[in-house]
Amino acid sequence: MSTSFMAQWVYTDTVKDHFMNPRNLWKEGEDFQPDGVGEVGSLACGDQMRVGIKVKDGKISDLRWLTYGCASAIASTSMMSTLAIGMSLEEAYHLTPQMIMEALGGLPEHKFHCSVLGDKALRAAIDDYLEKTGQDNPFKARVARIICECKGITDVQIEELVKSGKCLTFDQLSAETGCSTVCGKCRGEIISTLEELKHIYGKD
Amino acid sequence: MSTIYLDNNATTRMADEVAALMRDNLALYGNASSMHSLGRDAYSGIDWAREMCASLISSDKDEILFTSGASESNNTVFNTARELIDAGSKRDRIVTTTIEHPSIIETVKYLKSLGYRIDECPVDREGRLRLDDFERLMGPDVLLVSIMTGNNETGTIQPVGEAARLAHACGALVHSDATQAIGKIPVSVKDLDVDYLSLSAHKFYGPKGVGVLYVRKDSPISPFVHGGHQEAGLRAGTYNNLGIIGLGEAARLARENLAQEHDALWAMRERLRKGIEERIPEVVINGCQEHCLPGTLNVSFPGAEGESILLYLDLEGIEVSTGSACATGSLEPSYVLLAGGLDVELAHGSIRFSLGRYNTMDEVDTVIEKLPPIIERVRAMSTRRK
Repeated sequence: MSTSFMAQWVYTDTVKDHFMNPRNLWKEGEDFQPDGVGEVGSLACGDQMRVGIKVKDGKISDLRWLTYGCASAIASTSMMSTLAIGMSLEEAYHLTPQMIMEALGGLPEHKFHCSVLGDKALRAAIDDYLEKTGQDNPFKARVARIICECKGITDVQIEELVKSGKCLTFDQLSAETGCSTVCGKCRGEIISTLEELKHIYGKD
Repeated sequence: MSTIYLDNNATTRMADEVAALMRDNLALYGNASSMHSLGRDAYSGIDWAREMCASLISSDKDEILFTSGASESNNTVFNTARELIDAGSKRDRIVTTTIEHPSIIETVKYLKSLGYRIDECPVDREGRLRLDDFERLMGPDVLLVSIMTGNNETGTIQPVGEAARLAHACGALVHSDATQAIGKIPVSVKDLDVDYLSLSAHKFYGPKGVGVLYVRKDSPISPFVHGGHQEAGLRAGTYNNLGIIGLGEAARLARENLAQEHDALWAMRERLRKGIEERIPEVVINGCQEHCLPGTLNVSFPGAEGESILLYLDLEGIEVSTGSACATGSLEPSYVLLAGGLDVELAHGSIRFSLGRYNTMDEVDTVIEKLPPIIERVRAMSTRRK
């Protein structure tokens, strides 16, 4: 008896399916008039997503997307679209990368942070829709998570500072917000959040 | 679905002749260092392989040191330089380039972190060493110069001979990593005028895990692997009989087939390049076209990301590699392409086609058929869509 070696494809069958047959892709020349559009990522880091949504009765009634990126970026944005359509704005705003990854049957560890940006593009599209229609954005504050307990600094605050380019290092962030200046135990999490956000907004 | 393997710079399929010779010698288990007959049999196989390797690169037999591959060969040379510096050599600077193989790039980073003085000479937009910049880095304090013969990603052939002249004029030792060049272009240690040269069997149809470090007679060399008297005490470890014999056969074939292999590879490469340029809009051919390893074609497809292209090709049975960050396992795309000044987006969208002995023109034509719709599809999905 000889042992033979046959590997699985690099991604799961679900990822492969969404990579080969992407759902709700924003086709060229298609007549899709979005109520809100969001874009995250950058070419410098090799991943960029654009999401357009249509909203009806407080729900995502339709969605289209474009992705410049690797196979897991394409598949995860496609999967996000199938999950988001039909969701209320609130549900859609709380869609997490974990939910997308689970629906895909898993992703390699090193792909998770850099390629699953679809949920963030979706949130940006919802923000855009609410802003354009002059509505309050009730979700932004609610999804905020406190990272520095001593100073009450949230991930949303850090995100705004990184996005605007105001704070791109730990020292800048600490000087600006006072985060990690008391007990200091959040330092590691502040740095990893900062790095992730810099990547997402192409500030690395 | 049949596979079209266009990743020969990563590794090659073993030549049928190599596999047959190794199969025939599976029972050659003697320790080549033993004095009895079984040992002597093994020794004679190794001796034959040494001769084949020497004649491949125009060296003497006793200038061939067998190693586990080019990474070990490269590390052995840098370790030798380090030991000379530690022993108080007046020459205490190393000069290399920004586009070397990771086994040198990472060694340089490590040695620099320990305080050693190392300069990395930049390359021009075609990925070729700039001799004027290089000359400015020469001086009486240079101990070692290390420049690869041909680059693994772009295929760009470096002016090693010219650089060696400049380096020797100021008394430095010269090393070249010829791993990608062997079997594709003539590599002679005499013509290149180098003191050290590295090569690896699996890049030219030999087995994995075996290679050579050429050390010019009387050039300093210190053991990297201690613990035995093999290779005149310079590289310990029981001889890898089968691997070395396979390497010998691969070297014999490389020498015998060099001219025709070069021409066949270049013909396929040029047909692929022209086919891509004719059928796909807005492509960028990377590297130097005048000084290029014959089987390497590195192309960037703006607006399309490399890993996606690679995997759509894989689903069609076509196997290539990419300089995209997704493939490097970091967030940075290929440092070789960036060193040549290529835009980050173009580096993310780069694909390397590397042809080999077992590819055919029909396969090239299949790739020219299958590639355009894939690029069109990836671009149509992209946020960079025009």
